Amino acid sequence: MSADRRMGGRAVGVILSAALLVVLSVAPATAQVVAITGGTVYPVSGPKIENGTVLLRDGKIIGVGAGIAIPAGATRIDATGKWVTPGLFHGFSDYGLTGVQSVDETREGSERGDVNPAFDVAEGINPAAVTIPIARMQGITTALVVPSDNMIAGQGVVIDLAGGTVEDMVATDHAAMVIALGVEAKDAGGGSRAGVLARFRQLFQDAVEYQRRKADYDQNRMQALSAPAAELAALAPVLAGKEPVIAQANRKSDIESALRLAREFHLKLLIRGGVEAWMVAPALAQAGVPVLVQNLTDVPHFDGLNARLDNATLLAQAGVKVILAQNDDSRDRDLRFAAGNAVRNGMSWDQALRAVTLSPAEALGVNDRWGSLDAGKSADVVVWSGDPFEFSSRAEHVFIRGVDMPLKSRMTELLDRYRTLPPKYF
Amino acid sequence: MAILAGCAGHAGPSSPTPKSGPDGADAQWSALRPQYPSTYQRHPNAPVFIRNATVMTAVGPEIAGASILFRDGKVVAVGKDLVAPADATVIDGTGKFVTPGIIDDHSHLGVYAAPGTWAESDGNEATNPVTPNVWAEQSFWPQDPQIPLAIAGGVTVIEALPGSANLIGGRSATLRLIPARTVQAMKFPDAPYGLKMACGENPKRVYQNRGPSTRMGNMAGDRAAFIEAEQYRARWDKWLKDRVGDPPARDLGLETLAEVLRGNIQVQNHCYRADEMAQMIDLSKEFGFKIRSFHHVVEGYKIADLLAKNGIAASVWADWWGFKMEAYDGIPENAALLTTAGVRTVIHSDSEDGIQRLNQAAAEALYAGQQAGIPITRLDAIRWITANPAWVLRIEQQTGTLEAGKDADVVLWSGDPFSVYSKADKVWNDGWLVFDRNDPSHQYQTDFNLGQAAPGVGQ
Repeated sequence: MSADRRMGGRAVGVILSAALLVVLSVAPATAQVVAITGGTVYPVSGPKIENGTVLLRDGKIIGVGAGIAIPAGATRIDATGKWVTPGLFHGFSDYGLTGVQSVDETREGSERGDVNPAFDVAEGINPAAVTIPIARMQGITTALVVPSDNMIAGQGVVIDLAGGTVEDMVATDHAAMVIALGVEAKDAGGGSRAGVLARFRQLFQDAVEYQRRKADYDQNRMQALSAPAAELAALAPVLAGKEPVIAQANRKSDIESALRLAREFHLKLLIRGGVEAWMVAPALAQAGVPVLVQNLTDVPHFDGLNARLDNATLLAQAGVKVILAQNDDSRDRDLRFAAGNAVRNGMSWDQALRAVTLSPAEALGVNDRWGSLDAGKSADVVVWSGDPFEFSSRAEHVFIRGVDMPLKSRMTELLDRYRTLPPKYF
Repeated sequence: MAILAGCAGHAGPSSPTPKSGPDGADAQWSALRPQYPSTYQRHPNAPVFIRNATVMTAVGPEIAGASILFRDGKVVAVGKDLVAPADATVIDGTGKFVTPGIIDDHSHLGVYAAPGTWAESDGNEATNPVTPNVWAEQSFWPQDPQIPLAIAGGVTVIEALPGSANLIGGRSATLRLIPARTVQAMKFPDAPYGLKMACGENPKRVYQNRGPSTRMGNMAGDRAAFIEAEQYRARWDKWLKDRVGDPPARDLGLETLAEVLRGNIQVQNHCYRADEMAQMIDLSKEFGFKIRSFHHVVEGYKIADLLAKNGIAASVWADWWGFKMEAYDGIPENAALLTTAGVRTVIHSDSEDGIQRLNQAAAEALYAGQQAGIPITRLDAIRWITANPAWVLRIEQQTGTLEAGKDADVVLWSGDPFSVYSKADKVWNDGWLVFDRNDPSHQYQTDFNLGQAAPGVGQ
């Protein structure tokens, strides 16, 4: 997977020029060194470091450790008594794609039609979306932004939560293909799960066939295929095992279907939802399939009767790579509290931190850049007043690409206006 | 004319003392008979003594190293120097916390039950924008598998409400969360009914093709309903006083609205926007009824002074915002700002998920306030989910705090309930141990899960 800022060759610039009403741009990287000193550092890739130092320069981490030399002239951030972690990585979000869920004018995450593999959400992202600074204030610095609905919803991108343009924010395009197997896809299968599977097989076979016989296709020497050429072409990286497939599946049998499909077509599979994943944990571990878990889900539905709060814990214990990716009416800013709840329900604290940092980065193949505090990675670092999973703690500094982001949002503006009543409008 | 205070037994027009007994003249009129009464009966239990815990009474400062004794469904004593009676079950509370049972004043458990198919969708009678004739309890399914999950979160009492599709959505029910076969067996004895009303986007969206389709249409619909109810109430009150001839024709919806006008039923009003709450306050003054609490109140912090002045509670979320336009201005300091302005504030769930973690929601709002420099205390925060919702449900004399004589609705937490890591270890509802995290014989499944959910699920 590329971790560059490719935009797939589309006319991005034209679209962007109109979108820059609010620019919260990340300042150009400078040679200035930032030294975060004295804190308890949780690199995630290794054990915690008491009284550790994290050095940032040119948007990268250049050093992590105890007792490392701090260059003269460095900007110092005293983190004594604080906790220092990588920025949190939301593994399944709609940041920038959805402003207000009930307002169509602000929704960009879904294309009409059942099968939209060529739909790439990147150019629908609004860098000025109000959800972004709000999520950032909770320590979230990186996210997979995904399309929604439909049997094949389309392709997500990895963004970091800073930047005034799509080009500036989108770090990895074609990061994952999002598909659905359960109840949300049934209509696309003629009303049956079996129909959904049959349709996937037909599409995948046609995509393979199209790749193999492009010349024949161009000369109309092939029978009709089950999707337009552009859609089939978009499936090629998926069928080559290069681009991950995130399959939304909750029922045990749906997860097993996804595993079967992945075996047949050599897919690089992730499961999202996975309400009953704990019941197939050994098979998921053996196949090396990560699971994006909504770990606050325990209400039974026919798509997942065996819902339980310790799903993520049981998966982690079985050796499955778990990503905590809660979606809720906080507009997904409460990710750190979801991680705290995973600990409440039996996961180790270290596992939970990993599940919102390094594990999503690894599962999406972008861990060269994000997920841990290691030299060479993007300087996305959070200084917390205490345990990041506790309600009593807050993010005091959020660095993205080395920039100490302002902790301001539309919410803080409203608070400032109405803290004392009546408000002053002038 | 003497007006009966409680409504659990009498659904109809508040009558003076019946002129004759149940077999007498009044008994021929359905409106004057007891209706759908609670059949709740306290479960017999041995007394319980929890020792050496931190007790959060919700009336005063937390007491470290304290004990609590409850017997026959009542709190007997709370304090530092208590001695366990010989017949009590003694529980070591070292390192643990004790709070009153959590009360959720905004729940759709039972009326929007799991597994969430069309068949269980019984929360909105969305066939008419004005349906004061419907009662949430008559939709409530006691076998909703969401109930034991909420109990495991320390919830002992809920207000089950109709949804917010309608301007006037129907009567609410105050229920004990206990295993039961009928809703009558869960009804909190003598708890008054509430009336669900809704402002804003939901009614005007649901009825956009037939009206109301605007906020002014919403208000007009409310006013028309209460104008009719005024007349109805006058007819009935005159007949109840004079007893001349047959009573007026009975109308189920107007009967409920007349009870609202009499003050026996108070309004639970779904309302997000500040300006709309001000409209609803004026509407309540036009007709002389009482709004007990606004619910959701996402913009409550903008008019905290107005709510305080009118003595209306605010039932809010800790962290929901932005899912629709009228929720766009939600801020995490809402509960804290309302509280310091003198508004009786409640953290509610409106969610089968959120109800399981109301202690966490209170913690989130507590610390959001403190981090913004708003002087909110732990006592304020525990009252958001106990004493204050008890007031909203008008059962504050019976429950919501840990004081001698109050109902033994008690939760023993594994640690500080405002830590993300703490769990409810034991939950007593009116003295009955309805949940014990470490004892499967005190965990139950509703019928739905039996035989189709794996062991460990739903517990």
